[in-house]
Amino acid sequence: MSAVLQASGLGKRYGRRWALSDCTLAIPEGKVIGLVGPTGAGKTTLLHLAVGLLAPTSGTVEVLGGRPADGPVQLGRVGFVAQDTPTYAALSVTDHLHLGGWLNPRWDNDGAERRIERLGLDPHQRAGALSGGQRAQLALTMAIAKRPELLVLDEPVASLDPLARREFLQGLADVVVEHGVSVVLSSHLVADLERVCDYVVVLVASRVRMAGGIEELLASHHRVTGPRRDPASLPANSQVIEASHTDTQSTFIVRSEGPIVDQKWTIEPVGLEDLVLAYMGPAGGAERPPPLSGVRA
Amino acid sequence: MIRLVWRQFRTQAAVGFGTLAVIAVVAVITCPHLVHLYDTNVATCGVHGDCSTATNAFLGNDSTLRTWLGILVIVVPGIIGIFWGAPLVARELEAGTHRLVWTQSVTRTRWMATKLGVIGVASMALAGLLSLIVTWWASPLDRANMNVFGIFNQRDIVPIGYAAFAFVLGAIAGVLIRRTLPAMATALVAFVAARLAFIQLVRPHLIAPKLRDLALSLTSMGFGSTNGGPFTLEPNPPNIPNAWINSAQIVDKGGDALTPQFVATACPRLVAGAQVGGPATGSGHVSRAQVPAGAQEVLQNCVAKVGATYHEVVTYQPASHFWVFQWYELAVYLGAALLLTGACFWWVRRRLS
Repeated sequence: MSAVLQASGLGKRYGRRWALSDCTLAIPEGKVIGLVGPTGAGKTTLLHLAVGLLAPTSGTVEVLGGRPADGPVQLGRVGFVAQDTPTYAALSVTDHLHLGGWLNPRWDNDGAERRIERLGLDPHQRAGALSGGQRAQLALTMAIAKRPELLVLDEPVASLDPLARREFLQGLADVVVEHGVSVVLSSHLVADLERVCDYVVVLVASRVRMAGGIEELLASHHRVTGPRRDPASLPANSQVIEASHTDTQSTFIVRSEGPIVDQKWTIEPVGLEDLVLAYMGPAGGAERPPPLSGVRA
Repeated sequence: MIRLVWRQFRTQAAVGFGTLAVIAVVAVITCPHLVHLYDTNVATCGVHGDCSTATNAFLGNDSTLRTWLGILVIVVPGIIGIFWGAPLVARELEAGTHRLVWTQSVTRTRWMATKLGVIGVASMALAGLLSLIVTWWASPLDRANMNVFGIFNQRDIVPIGYAAFAFVLGAIAGVLIRRTLPAMATALVAFVAARLAFIQLVRPHLIAPKLRDLALSLTSMGFGSTNGGPFTLEPNPPNIPNAWINSAQIVDKGGDALTPQFVATACPRLVAGAQVGGPATGSGHVSRAQVPAGAQEVLQNCVAKVGATYHEVVTYQPASHFWVFQWYELAVYLGAALLLTGACFWWVRRRLS
């Protein structure tokens, strides 16, 4: 299985501060990957390194088998929607489509115009006068119209209201179905990821805490509740990700390959958000299992 | 890529070249009158005899317009640096649009090359055409004025070099500072500083000046003290048409300058008279002493006495050096612009990533 994005010992330093250090991960092809992590985990830095806006201080990163931004061909294979979806405020929507056509040899102008029309954007409106949601849609349209093999989106919905957020993600899901591109999408909102992603990577302080297909992750993790007791008494085939205790009761989020059958415990499924938070939390550290292979499919 | 640059630049280009067109119209309308006046009054003044009156009267025509056009030629490169150069990259970085444009299928190097190339050529064209128009318009006045080095910065080809340099200076200020307004201010200060430093420190040494030895004569000689110092003879710069006079000194055969002691010994009556009658301690740079009535003869004697040992030596750049200076200065500024362009590329590729 080949990886769309493969980082090895990847680091980026600004002065004396490392925005990303010793990051190693592999993101599989043909999926919609959610990159989630707390602010400062290095998500934006990682994505900027992947699209070639930044050059690594240490380590290597390969995207679709090539060095990011290494020539026009490589640039053309990756579409990027930056955080806050920057556009030229003084240029109209149509100008932006022209701009895309001038700068991209494989530009799909008809598709872009159709998409703008479907979204109900006024082609003559200046981008500076668009709402945040419309601007994000324009930026996504531009990223798609260059016909990339990989679409990278950095917090595209972070500044949008819930309705615009839903519309944007729905549009993104349609694009994935229509064009079959791989997508890497960063967000700190797990609910957004759950809507469109089928694979999730949890990044905390430059390290991959968890990576895997969402369905498998949900199937292999459980919330286990019962009378207060030591986690050592849990069934042998489970690993504790997070533990919390009240005076009388203990709750564990555990990872277990097989089913847990134990009358003393209440076994419940765990939601993606709780699962991600469990892996992000400090408790995940020592008891954490080795991260699932990034290229598991 | 060129179409993108044009789309982003066309408003600025319209403002710049529109203004240039207005100036061209003004020049075309007013120039024939100047040429006519020159032809009827100055060109034929030798026949009537009194050229200096005719020339001075002629130079009064359109003198305000001449001054303003000259200032315009000098400031336009600075304006280009501020409004075309500084925002070039800084505005993209400020608005975040570099993340949009640098992730299209065009390398950052090509993006930078096209931007610098197209707008750099436009900068040089604007400054060059403006200088061409002004040089053409003012040519009758300049011919009558006989001081080509006085208007050296505002004529012919050097403004092209200034514009190229100012533009790239603005661009790299934007690349380094990453914010438009501070980059504009920095570009302006750096450009003015570079221009002044060049005029003071570099230009006088580009070509060795010519020397001319003159015998001392009463007509070219003044008498006074510098900054309240001792009285001595002060040579007036000689009138060499269209020359740039660097210095005029009184020296002996060995090249040693005239000392006040020698003057005091040679011309005791003159010095004594000046100390009584003139402002012995002038606050200005040079205070010319009043030569007492009937003392013209005393001064003449003094000049003759001093002139037996000393002569005046003038260092100057003749009019024939004008174009050499123009080409040298253009080459230096274009070379500096090229160096900055290289730095700009390096920084955009390596450091902004």
